[in-house]
Amino acid sequence: MSTATDTANEDLQHDHHDDHHAHHAPSGITRWLFTTNHKDIGTLYLWFAFIMFLIGGAMAMVIRAELFQPGLQIVDPNFFNQMTTVHGLIMVFGAVMPAFTGLANWLVPMMIGAPDMALPRMNNWSFWILPFAFLILIGSLFLPGGGPNFGWTFYAPLSTTYSNDSTALFVFSVHIMGISSIMGAINVIVTIFNMRAPGMTWMKMPLFVWTWLITAFLLIAVMPVLAGAVTMVLTDKFFGTSFFDAAGGGDPVLFQHIFWFFGHPEVYIMILPAFGIISHIIPTFSRKKLFGYASMVYATASIALLSFIVWAHHMFTTGMPVGAELFFMFATMLISVPTGVKVFNWVATMWRGSMTFEVPMLFALAFIILFTIGGFSGLMLAITPVDFQYHDTYFVVAHFHYVLVTGAIFSIMAAVYYWLPKWTGKMFDVTLAKWHFWCSLISVNLLFFPMHFVGLAGMPRRIPDYSLQFADFNKWISIGGFAFGLSQLIFLAVLIKASRKQGEPVDDRVWEGAEGLEWEIPSPAPYHTFDTPPVVK
Amino acid sequence: MAQQEYQKYYVPEQSVWPIVGAVALFLIAVGAGLFVMQTVSETWKGGGIVLSLGLLTLLVMLVGWFKNQIDESMSGLYSDQLGRSYRQGMAWFIFSEVMFFAAFFGALFYARTIAVPWLGGASNNAMTNEVLWPTFEAMWPLTSTPDGTTTTAMGWAGLPLYNTIILMVSSVTCHFAHVSLEKNERSKLTMWLGATILLGCLFLGLQVYEYIHAYRDLGLTLQSGVYGNTFFLLTGFHGMHVTLGTIILMVLFLRILKGHFTPENHFAFQAGSWYWHFVDVVWVMLFIFVYIL
Amino acid sequence: MKKTLTSLTILLTMLSSHAVLAETASSKDPYQLNLTKGVTDISQQVYDLHMLMFTICVVIGVIVFGVMFISMFLHRKSKGHKPANFHESVKVEVAWTVVPFIILIFMAVPAAKTLIAMEDTTAPDMSVLVTGSQWKWHYKYMDHDVEYYSLLATQREQINNKFAKGENYLLEVDRPLVIPTGQKVRFLITSDDVIHSWWVPDFAVKKDANPGFINEAWTVVNEPGVYRGQCAELCGKDHGYMPVVVIAKEPAEFEQWVAQQAALQQQAREEEQRLLSMNMEMSDLMATGERVYQTNCAACHMPNGEGLPGVFPALKGSPITTADKPAHIDILINGRTGTAMQAFGKQLSLSELSAVITYTRNAWGNNTGDVVQPKDVYAVMNGQ
Ligand code: HEA
Ligand code: HEA
Ligand code: HEC
Ligand code: CUA
Ligand SMILES: [Cu+2]
Repeated sequence: MSTATDTANEDLQHDHHDDHHAHHAPSGITRWLFTTNHKDIGTLYLWFAFIMFLIGGAMAMVIRAELFQPGLQIVDPNFFNQMTTVHGLIMVFGAVMPAFTGLANWLVPMMIGAPDMALPRMNNWSFWILPFAFLILIGSLFLPGGGPNFGWTFYAPLSTTYSNDSTALFVFSVHIMGISSIMGAINVIVTIFNMRAPGMTWMKMPLFVWTWLITAFLLIAVMPVLAGAVTMVLTDKFFGTSFFDAAGGGDPVLFQHIFWFFGHPEVYIMILPAFGIISHIIPTFSRKKLFGYASMVYATASIALLSFIVWAHHMFTTGMPVGAELFFMFATMLISVPTGVKVFNWVATMWRGSMTFEVPMLFALAFIILFTIGGFSGLMLAITPVDFQYHDTYFVVAHFHYVLVTGAIFSIMAAVYYWLPKWTGKMFDVTLAKWHFWCSLISVNLLFFPMHFVGLAGMPRRIPDYSLQFADFNKWISIGGFAFGLSQLIFLAVLIKASRKQGEPVDDRVWEGAEGLEWEIPSPAPYHTFDTPPVVK
Repeated sequence: MAQQEYQKYYVPEQSVWPIVGAVALFLIAVGAGLFVMQTVSETWKGGGIVLSLGLLTLLVMLVGWFKNQIDESMSGLYSDQLGRSYRQGMAWFIFSEVMFFAAFFGALFYARTIAVPWLGGASNNAMTNEVLWPTFEAMWPLTSTPDGTTTTAMGWAGLPLYNTIILMVSSVTCHFAHVSLEKNERSKLTMWLGATILLGCLFLGLQVYEYIHAYRDLGLTLQSGVYGNTFFLLTGFHGMHVTLGTIILMVLFLRILKGHFTPENHFAFQAGSWYWHFVDVVWVMLFIFVYIL
Repeated sequence: MKKTLTSLTILLTMLSSHAVLAETASSKDPYQLNLTKGVTDISQQVYDLHMLMFTICVVIGVIVFGVMFISMFLHRKSKGHKPANFHESVKVEVAWTVVPFIILIFMAVPAAKTLIAMEDTTAPDMSVLVTGSQWKWHYKYMDHDVEYYSLLATQREQINNKFAKGENYLLEVDRPLVIPTGQKVRFLITSDDVIHSWWVPDFAVKKDANPGFINEAWTVVNEPGVYRGQCAELCGKDHGYMPVVVIAKEPAEFEQWVAQQAALQQQAREEEQRLLSMNMEMSDLMATGERVYQTNCAACHMPNGEGLPGVFPALKGSPITTADKPAHIDILINGRTGTAMQAFGKQLSLSELSAVITYTRNAWGNNTGDVVQPKDVYAVMNGQ
């Protein structure tokens, strides 16, 4: 790919806003509050996500400390439930999703040769809603009666008739989070549809852009459904409706259908961009073109489409008729096929490449193996009769932390290490980063692998206390958890150093094998890129 | 994308409005939350004030932001490409609205084809009926719930039918307004758009009347079981959308009186009319699935 | 290199085979790694399915990761490996789409068979109505005149680390469910409040208890014994303290047990009637009341009567427990619909009710001096 400058339309040359093409950023706090720049907004999203990761992680530490040994030591069960709930909510809506949106902000315009996101002011709005939404959510923990304690899945009627008053705040904070996600997704979609540089045809689009396009579609399709679900929870709790109450002709299971119609696509929202990231990093450090570009695109689309018809695999024990159970079991199993295609393509990309193992590559390789392990346990969960045994045990917890922590989170870390030099113009502290990787890799497996065992042995999830047979493994799990948590402080150190612009300057391409428009522009990437679009040949 | 016709994409300067909007949503969320919580316990206070403050901030933000937007548009900063961005953005926004209604339609279909029959003993739920609700019989509309709340169903003839006709006609007048705008026939444009707004108001008036009728004469309330729930939430959210749509049309009307929009450049008008058509389609679905069937 | 790989493969397949994992599966084993085989034909089938899935996944994993490691090892730049040029191959791509699909069919067929068998609740030999409520189970034998609540029996002091934890810590109840071996027992599962889930791993039965609906499940237990499980759906504060214990007895023994229970329950009802004409001593009431309170009420209103602010009201100094006696009796009997405060009228006996009311009216400095007798409760219960 090479770029050439195109002359902008003569008629618009006399535009009175010439000054905003100056290539340096406004300064002070208002730069961040009022910004319309995709790079600034990307940075805001990424820092926000990281802070949320630390807060959500701190809650996980409370969970792990309480579960360190049997008996109640540190928190009471009601508070424990709030920790579990808010940990799940923060990690999903506050850490992973905003981090991916931040990456999209930074990268999508640069990858498709656009000057910015299509709707820059709305972009700023999407971001600034988030800190407020989480302020409400976290703030509700300090109210009399406490915050949400019904699990991140807030099943009715635990979240309706039997919940505390602050449920109303929970509902409205989810509403505004949803508004933020939908606006963010609309922005990404429109940018990709409408702002590609000349010659950037659909099948030339980088995979991160493709996966985000499909993710954005999923977001717009399911976030409103979540909004509907919380709205019904609100009216059931406060206004006397009975959507989820059999006495009035409703059904608690209806809630689960609506929630998981959102919830299952939601988990793919948290993994598809990761697939995109890995599809950039593996070819770069294998010095070989991505194997099967087209099938990668089709596989992503198939996963997204299938994700709409598998939701009830979370509900196998709710007593659906056997026909429905069979349908959802088969549909769920099918998702392994396109996901497998992706894994095989990555491996084929590495095959007979010329590999080096820089930090982003280390995270990407760990991603492939550990995500696949999480996928395997997912496939086991899909087998309905066996899911009766696994459901709501730590086996499920193990499954989703493998796909989320060593999947989504590892891919985000890989992405940050991969593009950070481009953003700052300086190489990060490689030694620290390697420490971060190896400490994380070892501790994360100590943390989550034994969860498979206690799950199979019968330990239910969402309990603050457990019977004695689970004590030994839980101790190890907690130790792994603390170690993994501390390892993230190394990451914090790397990031602080990088944001202070310490380190060796890098050249434009940064990594020897890197391909794509973002590597053609200077490092650090100028405040405004592609004022005139490049032509992609 | 024809390469040579590339126009400079307008990337706006810094703007205060988004963050004002974020603060507004924050206040609205907190205010609405507290407001609702006040209905169940005296512990909570101040909801109304915070909520009003939030709505006020939102209003300020909308006025400021749109003023900005209109000024930019009027001074010719916008390219065709930007116009496309706005149109696509609006289209996806409407898609998200469709999915919001889908959640409630989903609840309606589930309640009617699954929950209620199961409570009546269908499928694998024979014992549900026998042991827990022995006197309950499945029916739709659910005029007698398992716990014995009774109500009356809302018929489709009469008022709802008139409302359907009103809204369908308004969709047509809205379309005529658009055609007139494209032909640059300004007086026809104001006439058709005015008619659309009047029809919208008429619809809303009748809807209010219908609600009063439901509460007073039919005993059909928000509390009367899942039939009443789906009825009021679907028609209620639809009504809120009509209200919003009418307000949008009114703003457009004022802008037209001020001479805004040209046959080529009228994104705001187009967005408003799309929204109106969308609201209309939702109503038709409502009429079929909530009232007739 | 090849050699290390083959030995690695052998090692992993060994790990996956039943040898290492399965033998450790006794229920108290602190290092139990694998799913239980259970004690029913179905649970055995489920276990086999689990092992089938597991083995397939391990094999695929070994192949995929193996290839990956080989290329990570051989095709590295530091070894001077030059990148090849290929980047697609329709043949290969079709192959690795079709092969996994076929593998999936292999899994789906036995899974579907087992599932259909598990969901076939027709023609049971007996039925038990299992009702979950916060946080206990209620069992009602549909074919006998026997029903009772089953509550966690672990002492609070063990949970709070004051006493040493017993062998069955958190997995013990006061009155277990008793079922006969060799008979098809159908469970009709429902709930009084939130969703719970009734789970006994050894039977491979886990079914949600949905309020207002009845789900069905069944089992035929082959071996007599004591089988322990837990509630498996988040149901509020004490979700972790809601165990299930089932005792399977030989049919003859079971018949004997039911007959005995029926007689005992009959006797208890007669005893209740007798109490109506008597007055109980304050001290007796307080003693019984404290016991009843700690087992039934303390979960929400806390052992010290202070409740959890904003969630469960304090009984210490509440207007109801200190003044409004009729309201107090009423809320105990009928609960308060739409809140977690359940109706205890059918859960506790008249004497227990009167005791716990007396207790709450006099404990923690409530000191009203009121004594509530069984007949007072009876009067409210029957609308007098
Ligand atoms: C990023 C998030 C993510 C991802 C990607 C996945 C991926 C998958 N998940 Fe997971 N899942 C969650 C997040 C995720 N999940 C969460 C958060 C929960 C719990 C929610 C809660 O209750 O709180 C959950 C729960 C969950 C359940 C419910 C369990 C229960 O509660 O009882 C099930 C059941 O079917 C399931 C299945 C699957 C399957 C089949 C996949 C598949 O997509 C996996 C496909 C991948 C592979 C299979 C590996 C690679 C493939 C090959 C190498 C090809 C060859 C393989 C074969 C043919 C075997 N998941
Ligand atoms: C992307 C999503 C995501 C991520 C990243 C994580 C990360 C972690 N999760 Fe989470 N988890 C969920 C999503 C996620 N989780 C969800 C959806 C649930 C279900 C909730 C529900 O049931 O409703 C759940 C539930 C869940 C449980 C089950 C709780 C229960 O059932 O009761 C546990 C238990 O161990 C757990 C642990 C952890 C740990 C130890 C981490 C670690 O990876 C966290 C590591 C990070 C840090 C620790 C922060 C950094 C360090 C510091 C701030 C310094 C302080 C450090 C120390 C004092 C050591 N999680
Ligand atoms: C599952 C939780 C739970 C259990 C167990 C429980 N309660 Fe309650 N109780 C509540 C809740 C919640 C309320 C508040 C109801 C309301 O909002 O009106 C309540 C209210 C009360 C009140 C009225 C207090 C007031 O001031 O309004 C009394 C008295 C009471 N409970 C006594 C008892 C006794 C005695 C027991 C045991 C036999 C018991 N409760 C068991 C949850 C519980
Ligand atoms: Cu009952 Cu969990
Ligand atoms: Cu899922």
